Amino acid sequence: MDRMIKIDDIHKSFNGFLVLKGVSLEVEKGEILALIGGSGNGKSVILKHVVGLIIPDQGHVYIDGKDICHLKGKELEALRSRFGFLFQGGALFSSLTVFDNVAFPLREKIHLSEEEIRKKVLHQLDQVGLSGAEHKFPAELSGGMVKRTAFARALVTQPEIILFDEPTTGLDPVIAHTILDLIKSIHRQLGFTAIIVSHELSRVFKIAHKVAMLHEGKILFSGTPEEILASQNPVVKQFISGSLEGPIKLY
Amino acid sequence: MLWIRKLGSITLSTLRDMGRMGLFFGQTLFCMATPPIKFSWIIKQIWFIGYQSMLVIFLTGAFSGMVLGLQGFYTLNRFGSTALLGPMVALSLIKELGPVLSGLMVTGRAGSAMTAEIGIMRISEQIDAMELMGLNPFRYLIVPKLIGAIIALPLLTAIFDVVGIFGGYLVGGKLLGVGEGTYFGEMTNYVRMDDVLEGIFKSLCFGVIISWICSYKGFSAGFGAEGVSKATTQAVVLSSVLILFWDYVMTSLLF
Repeated sequence: MDRMIKIDDIHKSFNGFLVLKGVSLEVEKGEILALIGGSGNGKSVILKHVVGLIIPDQGHVYIDGKDICHLKGKELEALRSRFGFLFQGGALFSSLTVFDNVAFPLREKIHLSEEEIRKKVLHQLDQVGLSGAEHKFPAELSGGMVKRTAFARALVTQPEIILFDEPTTGLDPVIAHTILDLIKSIHRQLGFTAIIVSHELSRVFKIAHKVAMLHEGKILFSGTPEEILASQNPVVKQFISGSLEGPIKLY
Repeated sequence: MLWIRKLGSITLSTLRDMGRMGLFFGQTLFCMATPPIKFSWIIKQIWFIGYQSMLVIFLTGAFSGMVLGLQGFYTLNRFGSTALLGPMVALSLIKELGPVLSGLMVTGRAGSAMTAEIGIMRISEQIDAMELMGLNPFRYLIVPKLIGAIIALPLLTAIFDVVGIFGGYLVGGKLLGVGEGTYFGEMTNYVRMDDVLEGIFKSLCFGVIISWICSYKGFSAGFGAEGVSKATTQAVVLSSVLILFWDYVMTSLLF
């Protein structure tokens, strides 16, 4: 397999507080990586580094072998066109309907005819189970519908890489299961490369090819889901079991 | 020594903020001068800043003109010059009150909404989402507001002036007895084209100030609802002060 994403020893601090202390990761083409770790450990910060929304204080991020940390203007725009990003809160444009939200990147970036856009958007909404909701505004949607709309918007341009920032947080178990199943089935069809940040460990392990655990600003573990489940590392064991007893400091 | 450190820190952060505002304005001008220009987004902004502000401009203009008519009449009456009421009302409105009061009213009505809208888009990651689609948020959010304000402000000021002049006539003419011919006739003798252009130029500058400051404050809003509310307050206060300051600078240096 070809290496698609390479994160090389990145450090990042905010207001003097060091969040990432040398994170290194690799994701192969077509692979799904599950990124797990405690809340506030910097998982979303890593995702934002991958798309160049945040520049590391030290270290590099490579996409297809190209260092993206110094890209600007058209080059950065071209690189970002290869990505889909599902934000934790959906980040839907509140003034646009579900249809217009999904159609937005097609209208502004790809310049298809309105008929082609309509076909593509309706197909995408059907794929995520949102047929009939195209005229609703984000404020009228449930949490699960917001995530599915955001997923449809991330998919509609058929990106090579999709980053999922907690796609199931705040959803009931059935909807959360549906969303992860949806990711799995669409990945099977389109074969995109993905990084999923999630706390739904048992379910995300079923769809991920590889798992990386972030702890105290560094990747503590990287391996297959089977390997992490068999790990004897006390921090990994405590995190997976959700036990209160162990080396992870709560406060 | 603590106060020196504090003073230094305030100076540095003010300078940093001014630098960022300058860069923000530079980037907006660059995007404004290079295609693609989003015309439909500009039309929406002209409608929002211009059309939706008309009622408040109409009311402010009418009452400003009426009070000018009233005060002007009693003041000029002391010198036996009530015939000059028309030019006095017209010049006060066209040169100063029209552009300044329109600017301040638009800051309160549309400027605060600009900051809140962009601020909420910033904290809910909508701006990040736009960037990740490979789209420049300046072209969609900032440039249309700047162009919209540049077009809308002079038009609103013109409405303010006309309504104000008629308000002045309503009080000075209909209520206090200055003749219609005297009120409007003297106006054509004393009001020159330069005076009108001065007002238009001022309102144009105020359009730039409002859209620049209010957009910048929204774009750099802090976290959460508190961050947006703080940014909105700062935007309204700073825009209002800058409008008054720039009005003085322009009047003393250019006109």
